[in-house]
Amino acid sequence: MPEPAPVTPAAAAAVATTRDPAAPAAAASGRPARGRRFDPASVATHAVLSLGALAMIFPFLWQLLTAFKTMPEAVRVPPTILPEAWNWAAFEQVFTAVPFAEMLTNSLLNTAGRTLGQLVFCSLAAYAFARLQFRGRNLLFAVFLSVLMVPPQLLVLPQHEIMMKLGLLNSVPALFLPGMFSAFGTFLLRQFFLALPRELEEAARIDGAGPFRIFWSIMLPLVRPALAALAVITAMWSWNDLLWPLVVNTDPAKAPVSAGLISLEGQFMTNYPVMMAGSVIASLPMLLLYVLLQRHFVQGIALSGSKG
Amino acid sequence: MAVFPSTAGAQQAERRLRNSGRGDGRSPAGGAGAGAKGGRRSQRAAYLFIAPIALGFLVFYIWPLLETFWFSFTSFGAFGGNSWVGGENYERVVRDVTVGRALGNTVLYMVMGLMTLPVAIVLAELMNRRGLRGVPVYRALYFMPFVTLPAAVGLVWNWLYNGDFGMVNEALSWIGVDGRYWVSDPSTAVYAIGIVMIWSHIGYYLIIFTAGVKAIPRDYYEAAEIDGAGPLRRFFRITLPLLSPSIFFASVICVINSLQQFDLIFVMMSPENPALGETQSIVTLFFKWAFDENSQGAAAALAFLLMLLIAALTYLQFRFQKRWVHYA
Repeated sequence: MPEPAPVTPAAAAAVATTRDPAAPAAAASGRPARGRRFDPASVATHAVLSLGALAMIFPFLWQLLTAFKTMPEAVRVPPTILPEAWNWAAFEQVFTAVPFAEMLTNSLLNTAGRTLGQLVFCSLAAYAFARLQFRGRNLLFAVFLSVLMVPPQLLVLPQHEIMMKLGLLNSVPALFLPGMFSAFGTFLLRQFFLALPRELEEAARIDGAGPFRIFWSIMLPLVRPALAALAVITAMWSWNDLLWPLVVNTDPAKAPVSAGLISLEGQFMTNYPVMMAGSVIASLPMLLLYVLLQRHFVQGIALSGSKG
Repeated sequence: MAVFPSTAGAQQAERRLRNSGRGDGRSPAGGAGAGAKGGRRSQRAAYLFIAPIALGFLVFYIWPLLETFWFSFTSFGAFGGNSWVGGENYERVVRDVTVGRALGNTVLYMVMGLMTLPVAIVLAELMNRRGLRGVPVYRALYFMPFVTLPAAVGLVWNWLYNGDFGMVNEALSWIGVDGRYWVSDPSTAVYAIGIVMIWSHIGYYLIIFTAGVKAIPRDYYEAAEIDGAGPLRRFFRITLPLLSPSIFFASVICVINSLQQFDLIFVMMSPENPALGETQSIVTLFFKWAFDENSQGAAAALAFLLMLLIAALTYLQFRFQKRWVHYA
């Protein structure tokens, strides 16, 4: 973010000199400089923003600190801030109490399946809608858009029945199968394909490239930023999704962590260090991804608005 | 940031596309010209490109939608098969008092959700201060809760809200206020959940508003400052009106999202929580009917009621936007 060039005290003094003969004295006493450094409005802004930021991260800090405490220490009143001794017992217990490693694997596979599926299926369809001519294109696109407007809860019952008929209940594919197809993803990518120059395709066609080759080698690389934004946003929704996993996978060993944490809550109603350790581990992958790919998250969020 | 094409650009591209399509169509019908051949080839390719997702939509979205509609008029038989019951399910939805309560709670969640917007607007305005340092860090921290999975968020907040050892009560005791069992007290549970909702969505709306605020030309503020307008006046006379398209977009999204509230409520309210009925939303009630009580028909009818509600509120928002949204 480009910041406006700061006005140096010297420059301010120079301007002042030409206007007011008394100014050099004021500049010498450091008033303009101090005014800039200790701007009270700026200090107040920082105070408000840091207070808010503290409220945003306090639950995370508390979660982390509690995870390292022993159970008796966790429920002590008044609470200790830092654990008396940093112990890892809760982190180990999470993995023995519930099939936590399996849950993490399920989450990973679910996230990978949905994200890859969307990247492949949505980019193909988006390219066709944006760049190719075919009969019924507008009608089909309208149908796609109407899928976007249907609340996901409306579809859960029959989707569950389909999974049951396919014999997929309590399996990992059940987690990601419907989520591989996204109207939002198609819509998002189509917008990007529309903006690409037409000449590129024409040149490739003259060189004898077929539609798939044009798509794969020329157009797809050009919408990479959009693919990245779609990927991180889809990954986030998939990792965090709760309703659908609760519907199709009731076996804890087949559930992702988003739903598995609840089985932890049921079993360890009062063991807060274990629950907090589980929460920390379950949130960590998305937080890391966010720290690494912040720009794409922000872009995806700014473009999306509703869940994909 | 200019990756996302403007609507105008997209429309232009589309127009160009359509024109070229018409051109293809005009090429001689029986001719074996290269253009016509390419057109047919690309036509076939287009169907192949769309086939996978179209199949997925048909199986997982369009067919289920029709089936839900059918479900809503049937009752699930004990020996398999659904039997037609007419409007019975809809009658239950309209008559059932728990639906009324869930509807009331859902509207309350919506109102609390909308309260996130002014907070996010003020934060976006503060972060837009010229020369303010550390803005990217602030933005990253405010956005963190939104990235975190709701299950973890719910567990942590339940722990903070805990009536016996929770940090919230501890902090209140420092200022001499008596604590309570926030999430199991029927009079506070819904607000306790609302606060977590607001907390976790601030960062999301902050991003939307930051983009909106950044798009307002600096000159406006400078001109206003020269005219002697203070920060408050500049906020109300420049920021708010010029931000209104973003505010409109955010409020539409916010209404849709908060009417579909499920995750946090489900995680924070255990089945034996005495305040459960006081916090139930339409979607948690739907889940209960569909999967705990096995009354899929009524659940389907409830889901359609939710869709109607969302459609109606979205329509109203679009209808009234002319009154307050200023497009520059």
